[in-house]
Amino acid sequence: MAGSIPASATASVTAAAVPRVGPWQEAWRRFRKHRLAVVSLVILSLLVLAVLVGPFAWRLPIDEIDFTARLEGPSWAHPMGTDDLGQDILARVLYGGRISLAVGFAAMMVAIFVGVLVGAVAGMAGGRIDAGLMWLTDLFLSLPQLPLLLLIIYLFRDALTQVVGPELGVFILIVIIIGGFNWMQVARLVRAQFFSLREKEFVEAARALGASRMRLVLRHILPNAMGPVIVAATIDIAAAIIAESTLSFLGLGFPPDVPTWGRLLFDAKDNLDFAPHWAIFPGAMIFLTVLSINFIGDGLRDAFDPRRVVAS
Amino acid sequence: MTQYLIRRLLIAIPSLLGISVVLFTILALAPGDPFEELATNPAIPPDVRANLRASLGMDDPIHQRYLNWLFAMLRGEWGYSFVSRVNVDQLILQRLPTTIIVIGAAQLLALCVALPVGVYAATRPYSLFDKIANTLAFVGFSLPTFFTGLLLILLFSITLDWLPFVYRAQIDATGWRWWWEHIRQSIMPVLVLGLFQGAALVRFVRSAVLDVVRLDHVTTARAKGLPESTVTLKHVVRNAMIPVVTLVALQMPIVFGGAIVTEQIFRIPGIGSLLITAILANDTPVIMAVTFVFACLVILFNLIADVLYGWLDPRISYR
Repeated sequence: MAGSIPASATASVTAAAVPRVGPWQEAWRRFRKHRLAVVSLVILSLLVLAVLVGPFAWRLPIDEIDFTARLEGPSWAHPMGTDDLGQDILARVLYGGRISLAVGFAAMMVAIFVGVLVGAVAGMAGGRIDAGLMWLTDLFLSLPQLPLLLLIIYLFRDALTQVVGPELGVFILIVIIIGGFNWMQVARLVRAQFFSLREKEFVEAARALGASRMRLVLRHILPNAMGPVIVAATIDIAAAIIAESTLSFLGLGFPPDVPTWGRLLFDAKDNLDFAPHWAIFPGAMIFLTVLSINFIGDGLRDAFDPRRVVAS
Repeated sequence: MTQYLIRRLLIAIPSLLGISVVLFTILALAPGDPFEELATNPAIPPDVRANLRASLGMDDPIHQRYLNWLFAMLRGEWGYSFVSRVNVDQLILQRLPTTIIVIGAAQLLALCVALPVGVYAATRPYSLFDKIANTLAFVGFSLPTFFTGLLLILLFSITLDWLPFVYRAQIDATGWRWWWEHIRQSIMPVLVLGLFQGAALVRFVRSAVLDVVRLDHVTTARAKGLPESTVTLKHVVRNAMIPVVTLVALQMPIVFGGAIVTEQIFRIPGIGSLLITAILANDTPVIMAVTFVFACLVILFNLIADVLYGWLDPRISYR
């Protein structure tokens, strides 16, 4: 907000005429100042749009085997080339993008839910509960995540697959465990916010008016703690997409017939010397998605951090 | 100092126990029974099976089983690999040095890149150098390790044919040639891991240094007439390192994740690739042991960070 304080007396006269700006407009105004973040937002929107609408426009099936067109480089018929079975890579990249983005988004939701819950309980309760929850948070921070992810998937994949089917089963499993290993930063953030916010005058005023504990948390404290959480949520999507791709790249994610971006790279890595396009396109998609999400997160940090002065 | 170390060690024990509980719970909750094969085998009567289960302690209450398992792990009885027919601890000891060397070299490279770049960028905030470094750092940690690995192989091994892309543990050469071959095949894995780590660290270093530069004692040092280089090195960097050390330790789990991927790409015979082969071959004792070793390594690095912390920040008393 510091940047919007008028510098001179004459300016304050005109400022009075300007309509009041809400916190969201203010955040958007500050976000727009981060040029790379805005560019990234456009790129990410295009990517999401391509992944959602693309399969309807690009109608080649993802699993049409065509041995006459094996390992072809990019051409008009196959803009991203074909793989060793002659399957069209563009179609597979578009389909895989849906899964990768869905996993990223869903895992972020799990992480935020757990993180906000743990952080809010610790921040409100204090004392022993707080100490215990923070010990748990620190414990999770020092767990070796990738080995445990691999271990859990190895142990539980078959059982879950039998219950809900191979694709959905793996999806649920991956989302829950990636989310379950990403909530710690959010919990710490929310707890710190709660500690400072619950002593503020407006919370005291609400308490004096007889607001219940639940109402205090949901209506007064949580909305004011959302800024850093939104930033963390953005970064979490990127982390989850990388985690899912890593699992698939190690051959332990989705089943082989589901072409996620990581899985495409896994299939491509043994054919690098004669079909580099097969690896480069899906890899570039992961890179572009993660990079734009990270830049958007950086822009959001500028937008929500009131201490940072943004030139107006 | 010794007392401080002992206290940190005592604090590390609950985390280690916590990790072992997490591991054991995962294993205990997992569906599937090691006796599945016996259960479907009609040649074994049910009462024999039950006796066998009881003799192996499978019917004990869960806390009893946890304690048995924990003491076995502590005594070093880690079991026997189903696949390679070797004791698990031997297998791991064989593979561990390679992993430690690769991770250590990568971490060194990351620090060698991140410290100078981060400090230089922070002493000239919002300059052209700062902006370029910041953008490159974003690119660096947005590139997943498995993709950079493939890109490097494509560039240096396939297009240019400079470096080998398969890591060999045994090299039949001696003296300088042996060293040279080892360095040559380690370049790419270390680059992949180190640059990813370095990119993430640059931003931490930069913001840590920026926080310190504004403090009063730095102004005082300048007012005393100290040269700028002394101010930066002795008064700024040392204080800025305190949060950076914590962050390096917190990043360790991610580094191990990266090491697993890199070892898989370049076929380095370390414990990361051992884990993957074990998972693909359903070799449960090896999987459990490797996961536990990774957990111990994380705790170890946290301990080292604590010790460094005390050295960097004299306000933290060693008592």
